[in-house]
Amino acid sequence: MAVEGAVASRSGLRSALPLLAPAYLWLTVAIFLPLSAMVFFSFMTDLPLAGKPWAFTLGNYAAFFSQSLYLTLLLASLRLGLEVTLWCVVIGYPAAYVLAKVLKGRSREAIFLLVILPFWSNGLVRIFSWAMVLREGGILDTAANAVLPFKINIDLMYSYPAVIIGLVHSYVPYMVLTCYLTLQAIDDSLIEAGRSLGASRLQVLRRVIIPLSLPGLVAGAALIFVPVVGSFMEPRILGGRTGTFYGTVIEDQFVAVFNWPLGAALSFILLAVVLVILAIASPVLKRAA
Amino acid sequence: MRMPRLTVLLTATAVFTTALTLAASAAEVHVLNWKGYGADEPWAVEAFEKATGNKVVNDFFNSEQEMLTKIRTNPGLYDVVMINAAFNDQAMAEKLIQPIDTSKLPNYVDISKDKAGSPMLDHDGKVYGVPWVWGLTALAINDKSFDKPPTSIAEMWNPAHKGRVIIRDDAVEAVQFGAIATGQNINDIKDMNAVKAKLTSLMPQIKTFWSSENDWNQMVASNQIDIGTYWSGSADRAKTHFKLPVSLVIPQEGAVAWLDAFSIPVGSKNVAGAEAFINYMIDPKFYVEWVTKVGAPVSANTKAVEALPQDAFNRKVMGDPAVAKRIQFQAPITDAQREAYLALWQQLKVDVK
Repeated sequence: MAVEGAVASRSGLRSALPLLAPAYLWLTVAIFLPLSAMVFFSFMTDLPLAGKPWAFTLGNYAAFFSQSLYLTLLLASLRLGLEVTLWCVVIGYPAAYVLAKVLKGRSREAIFLLVILPFWSNGLVRIFSWAMVLREGGILDTAANAVLPFKINIDLMYSYPAVIIGLVHSYVPYMVLTCYLTLQAIDDSLIEAGRSLGASRLQVLRRVIIPLSLPGLVAGAALIFVPVVGSFMEPRILGGRTGTFYGTVIEDQFVAVFNWPLGAALSFILLAVVLVILAIASPVLKRAA
Repeated sequence: MRMPRLTVLLTATAVFTTALTLAASAAEVHVLNWKGYGADEPWAVEAFEKATGNKVVNDFFNSEQEMLTKIRTNPGLYDVVMINAAFNDQAMAEKLIQPIDTSKLPNYVDISKDKAGSPMLDHDGKVYGVPWVWGLTALAINDKSFDKPPTSIAEMWNPAHKGRVIIRDDAVEAVQFGAIATGQNINDIKDMNAVKAKLTSLMPQIKTFWSSENDWNQMVASNQIDIGTYWSGSADRAKTHFKLPVSLVIPQEGAVAWLDAFSIPVGSKNVAGAEAFINYMIDPKFYVEWVTKVGAPVSANTKAVEALPQDAFNRKVMGDPAVAKRIQFQAPITDAQREAYLALWQQLKVDVK
C-alpha cells in the first residue's frame, strides 16, 4: 500500500509539472533574479553604473547599527504593524463571522462585494479620498458639525491616527477573507452540539469557533503585518510630519539620494527581522491551534 | 569573479530590452522634466509638433535624484532633459549628457551673458546646458491669513502659525533654507549646528512636508496653511493659473536662487529634434504665452523677459537690482555633502515624531 502511494504521488508530481512550471518560471524571473541582484547591491559601496568604481563592503549593514535613527524607526514601524493588525482583527473577524454564519444568499453576496470593493480601487485614490475625509473642514468634520448640537473640531489629517485609518482600510479585506474561509468550514453541528451540551454562547466562541478559525486569523495577521511594516505611501501622504517610518527612509535612499546599496541593506534587515518575528510566533500559534 | 559578470549581464539585458522597445521612435522627442513645468503644456506641445513634425513624449520626475536615476537607468530613452544647473556638473562627469552645438539654436544668442557663460553649464569651452529659466526658493503666503505680507523669514517661526507652516521634503532645500535663516552662505555653511538648531525649532510649527506643486496648492485651496517655502514660478502659477490666494515673499534675509537648463543625454536618438525643442523652449513667443496663460519663473532669454509688460512680476520684482543683491545662487553639491544633509534632515524628522 505504501509503495503504491509513493508511485502515485510521484506520477502525480510529473503530471503536475506542466501546471507548476509557468508559476515557478515566473517567480524565478520576476522575483528571484531581481531580489538576488538587490542582495548583491546591498554589499556594494556604489552602483556599477557610468563606470564608477565600487567594492564589496559590509558598511551598509553597519550603517543600520551605527545610528540610532534606523532602530528607532524600525521599532516605530513594527508598532505600526501590530496596531494595524490588531484593528484589522477587531474589525474584520466579526464581519467574517457574520458573513460565514449569519448571512445567507443575496445579502451575503452584497456584503461580500462591499468588503472586496476597496481592492478594486487604486491605492493612491483610496489614500487621497481619505485626505478629503479626514482634514479640517473635510467631509468628516463638516458632517459631524452638521449633526451635533455643539461645535467640535475634527482634524485627523497628518497624524498617526490618520496613518492607522488609511492602512486598516487598505488591509482589512485580507483579514475578512482569510477568516471567512476558515469560519465557513466549521461544521454547524459542532456549534449546535456545544450549545445542546450546555455551553454558553461565549464558551462556544472561546472553545469551538476561535480555535477552529485560528489558522485563518494567523494567515490574515501575517498577510497584513508584513506589508504594513514596510509601508511608505500611506505614512508619507497621511502622516504629515509624523509620517516618517522605516519604509519611507528606505524609499528616500532609492529615490532621493540614489543610495541603492544602503536602501537594499535596510530592506534586507527588515526582511530578516520580520522572518525572525514570524519564526518565533509560529510555534506558539501552532500550539494554540 | 562570477558575481560582477552577473550584474553586467543583468544590466545588459535591461538595456537591451529598453533599446528594443524604443527602436522605432526616431521622430519622437522624449522630454524629461518636472510635471506641469512648461514643456508639457498642451498648447506648447501642439505648436511645436505642428512647426517641426516631431512628436513630443513627456516623462516626469519628482526630485533631481530621480531625474539622474532615470537617465542613468534608461540610456538612449530621452532626447531632452531639464537639469538644475547645480546638477549639471555631476551629470557631465558621469557622462550622462553630451555637448550641445549652440549654433543650431537661433535663440541662444539672446540668453543673458551671465547665465550662458555660467561655469556650472560650460565645461572646457563646451556647452552642456542651455539656460532656460531661473527662479527662487523663497516663501509664499496664503493671502487669507495676512493683512500685509511679512518681510522676514522669521515669520515661519511665529507661534501664531503653529501647525500651519509647510516646507518641502528635501534635505538640500531644508538645510539651505536653514542657512539663510541663520545668516550664512548657502554654498559654504560654516556653522551646521546653528542650522540644525534653527530647523529643530521650526519642526513643531510644520503641518506637513510638500513634494509637488499640487500638494502646496491643495493645502492653500483648503485653507490649511498660512506660510511655507515655495518656488517663485510655482507661486506665480498658483496665482495666475489656479486663481489661488498665494503671494510670493522674498524675505529680507535672502532666498535661494536656482537656474534650470536643458541638456541632451548621451545616446539621444533624435538630437536634431532635441535642438529644435530646446530652441522653442527659450523662444520669447513661447515664454510670453507661458507666463500669461500659466505663470512661470524668469526666462534666461533677455528678449523674452523684455517682451513681458513693464509691471509684470517677473520683470519688475525679479529684475529689481535690490532683489538681485539678496539672492544666492545654488552651486553644485558633492555626494558626501548631500548624504550629510539627508542624515541631518532624517534625524530632524525622527526627532519630531
